[in-house]
Amino acid sequence: MVTGLDLGARGVVAQVVDPEMPMLTLDDLGVIRSVSEQDGGVTVTITPTYSGCPAIEEMRADITRALTGAGYGPVEVRTVLSPAWSTDWISEAGRRRLAEAGVAPPGRAPAQVDGPVPLTLEAPSTVVRCPQCGSPATEEFSRFGPTACTALRRCTACREPFEHMKEI
Amino acid sequence: MSAHVQDEDATNAYQSLAGSVDHDDPRWAFGSGFEDMEADLTAPVPDGADPADLAAYCLMLGDDALVYSHRLTEWVSHAPELEEEVALANTALDLLGQARVLLARAGHVEGLVPGGTARDEDALAYWREVGELRNVALAEPSDDLDFARAIARLLVFSTWRIALLHPLRDSADPVIAAVAAKGVKEVTYHRDHAARWTLRLGDGTAESRARMQDALEWVWPFLEELFRTSDEERRLVAAGVAVDPAGTRAEVDEVLDRVLDRATLTRPEAPGMGTIGGLGGRQGVHTEKLEHAVLVMQSLARKHPGATW
Repeated sequence: MVTGLDLGARGVVAQVVDPEMPMLTLDDLGVIRSVSEQDGGVTVTITPTYSGCPAIEEMRADITRALTGAGYGPVEVRTVLSPAWSTDWISEAGRRRLAEAGVAPPGRAPAQVDGPVPLTLEAPSTVVRCPQCGSPATEEFSRFGPTACTALRRCTACREPFEHMKEI
Repeated sequence: MSAHVQDEDATNAYQSLAGSVDHDDPRWAFGSGFEDMEADLTAPVPDGADPADLAAYCLMLGDDALVYSHRLTEWVSHAPELEEEVALANTALDLLGQARVLLARAGHVEGLVPGGTARDEDALAYWREVGELRNVALAEPSDDLDFARAIARLLVFSTWRIALLHPLRDSADPVIAAVAAKGVKEVTYHRDHAARWTLRLGDGTAESRARMQDALEWVWPFLEELFRTSDEERRLVAAGVAVDPAGTRAEVDEVLDRVLDRATLTRPEAPGMGTIGGLGGRQGVHTEKLEHAVLVMQSLARKHPGATW
């Protein structure tokens, strides 16, 4: 039985959730580049968040399963590297859902420069608010978190540790 | 999408890995292949570039990342603190991701060389002999789980790789350009991490400073090779595909000097490691340290050829 055709293939793919951050859909995350239907089949193009992101395989499998489950025919999921994914592509809804789940959403990604890539010897002074109590008094204690895309911080007001999705 | 589908997989990444959900394609145990990226990987060889040169160049950039990522993963379960273990493993993962695409591109382009046969990334990673690898010697030795050495090498490697990847965003080869555009963001993060640790250790206690200085002495002889231009690179620079590594020296020196100065460390004067008859890593001539790394890296794949899960 076809259950998802009213959404269209784009709508079905948009609702697949990220395997590592299930509070986000792939649409929220901004990794879906295109969805096209032809002769009953669907071709989906996605872009990885990080070069070695192990979740990309699961995303492919989940997209295929969702489309097949919704009654679509042969599914092809392609991965493209260019243009490179940026956290700026995360939707407003996605940022809200990250915060609700206790993950501080990313700020604006650093601008691309023409000259040599600047060296940053001090942690950037941008304010990251605690997703629990909203305090701006937070500090980074590890630049790498449990997934490739997060860093670890703690709030000096409520003392809670939290993940921060880092800007790239 | 139906609620049923969501229940099945939404929150459990292991469910599908464990095979409880039907897959119509068995997974190759040592990498999942890039068949889905065919359009990207099979882009035509840029005008004026020799396919053999392009394949070799993709191996150079890919093998640097592959071998070094292997050495970084030796820190897993050995790092001084959990956060640092995660950091080094994540750094390795980014580099491995870059290596996979570059090796896959190399394997495809090898098939376009007259008389050549295409190979996939796994064949290149697991079934080449040591003399077929093209990485620089900097990637080869174990740091013997000396944390200062790990940081010193990461600082040098990432500073140099940024200087290559940043201009390679404009490479005439679309795969190299795509890896570079993505990779430069990742490696910038690695460099900042290494630079901040260098400051902390160098401008720390007498003990940490002495050990960081020793680590710089250890890594410095590998620098010279990073700026040596191979014949393949020279020809590919002319075709707009490659960046001349000799041209990265000024940027690398400037960044390293700035970090060392802030860290109150002294730039070593150790002479560069020599070549063997003018040959080095780019020509497949390696230190004996690479033998062991490759043996470990390839052992599982060679023991269970073609395994799937």
